[in-house]
Amino acid sequence: MPMPRSDAAPVAATNARLKLQVRNLNFYYGGYQALKSITMDIPEKKVTAYIGPSGCGKSTLLRTFNRMYSLYPDQRAEGEIIMDGENLLTSKQDVALIRAKVGMVFQKATPFPMSIYDNIAFGARLYEKLSPRAMDERVEWALTQAALWDEVKDKLKQSGNSLSGGQQQRLCIARGIAVKPEVLLLDEPASALDPISTGRIEELIHQLKNDYTIVIVTHNMQQAARVSDFTAYMYLGEMVEFGATDQLFMKPRKKETEDYITGRFG
Amino acid sequence: MPTEHLSKQYDSELEALRSRMLQMGGLVESQIRSAIEAFATGSEELINQVVATELSVNESERNIDDDCSHIVVKRQPAAGDLRLIMAISKTVTDLERIGDEAEKIARMSKQIHDAAARLQIQSFANIRHAGDIAVQMLRRALDAFARQDAAQAASVIREDVAIDNEFRSILRQLITFMMEDPRTISTALEIIWVAKAIERVGDHAKNVAEYVIYMVKGTDVRHIRLEEVERQALGGA
Repeated sequence: MPMPRSDAAPVAATNARLKLQVRNLNFYYGGYQALKSITMDIPEKKVTAYIGPSGCGKSTLLRTFNRMYSLYPDQRAEGEIIMDGENLLTSKQDVALIRAKVGMVFQKATPFPMSIYDNIAFGARLYEKLSPRAMDERVEWALTQAALWDEVKDKLKQSGNSLSGGQQQRLCIARGIAVKPEVLLLDEPASALDPISTGRIEELIHQLKNDYTIVIVTHNMQQAARVSDFTAYMYLGEMVEFGATDQLFMKPRKKETEDYITGRFG
Repeated sequence: MPTEHLSKQYDSELEALRSRMLQMGGLVESQIRSAIEAFATGSEELINQVVATELSVNESERNIDDDCSHIVVKRQPAAGDLRLIMAISKTVTDLERIGDEAEKIARMSKQIHDAAARLQIQSFANIRHAGDIAVQMLRRALDAFARQDAAQAASVIREDVAIDNEFRSILRQLITFMMEDPRTISTALEIIWVAKAIERVGDHAKNVAEYVIYMVKGTDVRHIRLEEVERQALGGA
């Protein structure tokens, strides 16, 4: 069943431009339907958060935005995810190009087994031919954007694995940014980090939304409340409620949302 | 709340907080009732009782506010839970102020009672009537809090008009006394302070009712027209 129009109103009310328009999206793992007719708008240069219990489909939804699922033959999506007038699901564009526009950072930091410098330069080399000097500038820019430059500028040749967990996650964010994406997908980016590293990532998200559209999946409801402009609550593959974060956490429209965010879910 | 939290401990913390606030409300209600009775009778025993109760009321305010802070820091409440805690924290401030008004009335009572009898100022009936309205407003506001009844809270807010009218009527009567017999001025002015204290109790009860609507409906109805308050209180959740 399509989402009622009132659920799109919070985004429309802000006059924000829309970056992604999800329309009647269904997703299947083989015969199992994991997403049911999701319809929502993702505003540009804002942070949109997905919350919900494990298995509700929030990571699945995130993975449709850059067609990460198409790596697996038995997974398929139906419906539309429109970015810049084109349906990403049926686009003839190379998926690698889509993923350059829609970058992703995972729950567990995944630095490549190479130097810090090469971790950042890796993606940029795939899509652009940059002079060595331009590449140096790009690496510094990406690491600065990810608030990591000051900590690693003297050890760029060291392995990415030599960094702490929080630094590795910021390295992955820097790697995502280095190809200058338009959208950044963050799947539980701070769930394995200590509170200080988490605070840095959250501060980073706050800075990055000036330039990027950010979509974040988190189990930590307080984190969603802190970092996002809009929040969607999902349950059993359906979008239960989508609204401005302040409104959703103070006065959710649906009882199911209230039960979840107040810890009455069970 | 219709359903329980996953954490039973959280449920019991919230329930204990709510009960303590309502107990404090009960204490303040009896305090203001005694103060009005003390005004009518000049009973020294009642006056002392009202003044002594003030200490317990102050302590309750501190303890309940402290409990609110602890729940916020431990549980990071959201939505209805957060509104409940905010409403409790604000309500105890108003309850404590009602306690202050009760103490003020009680402290003035002895002197006024003796002088008013001597000067034959007949204002006790009117003061008692205004006081009854104020106590009833407070009781109904607390009852609306306990039952999470926004409609009843809205009706408490409407009653504030009645107490304001009573205050103006008392004022007119006392001005007449003062104009007719200047010897009554000093005592009449003190009675006006008592009437003003009762009018303030009505204002605080109205505030509590506004917090109830905020808690139940999530809408801040302070400083808006009565018709709009009623529309919000009676509208869907």
